[in-house]
Amino acid sequence: MALKTWKELPVGCVVSEPGSASEYHTGSWRSQRPVWNDAKCIKCGICYVFCPEGCVQQAEDGLFKANLDYCKGCGICAHECWPRAITMVEEG
Amino acid sequence: MGKRVGLEVTVAVAEAVALCRIDMAGVYPITPQSHIAEHLSNLVADGVLDAEFVTVESEHSAMSAVIGASATGARSYTATASQGLLLMNELLPIASAMRLPICMAIANRAVSGPLNILNDHSDIMPQRDTGWITLFVENGQEAIDLSIQAFKIAEHKDVMLPVCVNIDGFQLTHMVEPVELPTQEEVDKFLPPFTPHATLHPAKPVTMGAFSMSDYFAEIMKAKDEAIKNSKKVILEVWDEWGKMFGRNYKAVETYQAEDAEILMLTMGSMGETAQVAIDELRGKGIKAGLVKLRLWRPFPFEEIRATLKNAKKLIVTDRACSFGGPGGPVFSEIKSALYAGDNHPAMYNFIYGLGGRDVPVQDFTGMFEKVIADTDNKAKDTYEFWGVRE
Repeated sequence: MALKTWKELPVGCVVSEPGSASEYHTGSWRSQRPVWNDAKCIKCGICYVFCPEGCVQQAEDGLFKANLDYCKGCGICAHECWPRAITMVEEG
Repeated sequence: MGKRVGLEVTVAVAEAVALCRIDMAGVYPITPQSHIAEHLSNLVADGVLDAEFVTVESEHSAMSAVIGASATGARSYTATASQGLLLMNELLPIASAMRLPICMAIANRAVSGPLNILNDHSDIMPQRDTGWITLFVENGQEAIDLSIQAFKIAEHKDVMLPVCVNIDGFQLTHMVEPVELPTQEEVDKFLPPFTPHATLHPAKPVTMGAFSMSDYFAEIMKAKDEAIKNSKKVILEVWDEWGKMFGRNYKAVETYQAEDAEILMLTMGSMGETAQVAIDELRGKGIKAGLVKLRLWRPFPFEEIRATLKNAKKLIVTDRACSFGGPGGPVFSEIKSALYAGDNHPAMYNFIYGLGGRDVPVQDFTGMFEKVIADTDNKAKDTYEFWGVRE
């Protein structure tokens, strides 16, 4: 998405397209990403419940992963995961 | 033209705002502004003014409420002073960034501490960089006129910015002055209905006041700066139209006996009228003294200031507030900054005076002139002085 110049901004920066916040990929802020060890995962979903971004998703096989477009790497999922199935890994 | 009546200035301001057919007022009472809140509230309660009067629990809420109301497309108004303005502070840049044409009266009052309810400009000066169009008035009639003009300026499609009208607390707000209120027909002719740039409405969902990170923040600030700079053109047009309609003319920088003056004094707000009397006295003694009155504080009228001061040999800038440990008075530092790029560099003197309601009689102004005339080395002064303090 090409960035607008100051002259192209709408007056007051009004966003006229509903739901367009999803186009803003806040995952670029992340310095660490969560990595699931599927062998340890018991599919309890506590990572899904605690993710403040709502970016943890469950696949058809019942295992979880984070949508890295929005995951900011806060580490709450790894902290809450009591079987210790999630590790925070430094981004390159 | 309406008839000439004797009214307390705050009451007159509330009457003027009612003539603007506001849709909403969110005001928290604070001395010396309270009578604006009271009288607007009365007008709504009496059914004279068809508007929503929101009895908010603080000035922070007042500004929040008018921002919300303005975002729905309502013509929204508030008024405050001193601590109330400081409590609004965090919302002021939001109102201007959202380009909401809110209008506000500020009954200028000293900021605590110590607690003081009387007049100076220490409340508005810290709001300088919030992106509000900032106007000063000198008397009750100007308070009425500018309160009406404010909506026309703010709501102009090329402006869409909030406007505050500064009315010196007590010195003006509590005076009963002979004033002329325009008729409803005249105001309706002058001020068209508000057409917002966007509105919050369920039928057409939009987001206002959205989040922005480093990728856009600077562009948004640049757009806001350009918007307020460009507003000067509209402000001058509105004043021109007002002059033609009502015969009272307004300029960004006004003068009194300044044409051939060698020594000029600059004032802002109600002190100008007292200073004029001092100028008359000095002229009577053969001293070529003149007065410059700054009406438009933001956007700052750089060109007009340079043109007005182009022949001055000595310039006294008066301030009703101090930037502690800084360059003296805020007006002084702005004028110095404006003249730096100009061709004329008069010797400049800064007097900080009238703080916390300290009375400033005519002889104080003549005293300032006499002190500056006696200074014969005529070199630009980089200092400021608290006028009249006990040593």
